[in-house]
Amino acid sequence: MLFITSGCNGKTKTDNKEKDAQPEYAEVRSELGNQVKFPIYDFESFEPLLYKEDDKTYIINFWATWCKPCIVELPYFEKVNAEQKNNNVEVILVSLDMPSMWKSKLEPFVEKKDLKSKVIILDDPKQNDWIPKVAEEWGGGIPATLIYNKDKRSFYEQGLTYEELNEELNKFIN
Amino acid sequence: MKTLKVLGLLALVVLLGAFSSKFTSTHAGYGIGDTATDFSLKNVDGKMVSLSDFENAKGFLVIFTCNTCPYSVAYEDRINALDAKYKPLGVPVIAINPNNPEKKPGDSFAAMKTRAAEKRFTFPYLLDEGQKIYPQYGATRTPHVYLLEKTSNGNVVKYIGAIDDNSRDASEVEEKFVENAVDAMLAGKEIKTTTTRAIGCSIKV
Repeated sequence: MLFITSGCNGKTKTDNKEKDAQPEYAEVRSELGNQVKFPIYDFESFEPLLYKEDDKTYIINFWATWCKPCIVELPYFEKVNAEQKNNNVEVILVSLDMPSMWKSKLEPFVEKKDLKSKVIILDDPKQNDWIPKVAEEWGGGIPATLIYNKDKRSFYEQGLTYEELNEELNKFIN
Repeated sequence: MKTLKVLGLLALVVLLGAFSSKFTSTHAGYGIGDTATDFSLKNVDGKMVSLSDFENAKGFLVIFTCNTCPYSVAYEDRINALDAKYKPLGVPVIAINPNNPEKKPGDSFAAMKTRAAEKRFTFPYLLDEGQKIYPQYGATRTPHVYLLEKTSNGNVVKYIGAIDDNSRDASEVEEKFVENAVDAMLAGKEIKTTTTRAIGCSIKV
């Protein structure tokens, strides 16, 4: 499979190690990947984003456009991202939308809601392998959120209110 | 660097210990080896269905699923196929919609009837009215499978989790978790993978 992530922040990454084995499939994938506005990761390329050791605190929110409680809490993450930017906090919205929804649902949604937080796509069907690598206690339900910095991490398999999100974040930045 | 990681791990452990009860993820519900409750829930044909109705069954594939979740929809054909394969072997599919139709009108009893007819479900598709059953099982998302084995001590949970390892594309499945579990159970062998995880839609309470 060929995964191309073409972020607007210059973080372009190409992983085509299996291209030779499946040239036709890889072509299709790369074409689709190029069209989508957001960087697309498989878990292997995504995992380093969960273990950065810089001075930031990261709020990694797993969501999808079809997940109603996810949509409900998105504005809180947007608000926190805007408010805490100067506090070395970064929100990353990890979409688990299916490939068929990237153009039809995800792009129009992000545009309509004018989301300012970084949106990326995690596209890796081997969920049983990667879910426990995000958090051992995660059963796979979304919304789910990981807050971490180089010193500690917490995982929440639930929706969060604005107050709860701040309360949890304060344990990291204060 | 290593020390940092160890420290981080320690911090995690301490943090987990200090977790406020609000965020303790106690997934109440069954584990492997527990005895699952029976129920009496309304099927799309209007009749009430219980596990005890199936006198000759050797077990059950109780699958919490619904109309509206894209993952459930992606698995509809595969659930029909599971029923076609295992009902004759004594392990029928019993599908239960755990969502509250007031919160999710697309999962109303009428909508369930329509969907069951459209997709020609060969299995009972029951509404968990009042949402009393799914919490006892501990289902957290749809689709969420519980394989039960009928024993003299009741229906014992043998497998909990996903149907297979590729929700998106049935043709790319490498590991058929449920089929492997049922096959092992019917052969009287040990089930190798007893729990799996998958992204799914949270249950609408």
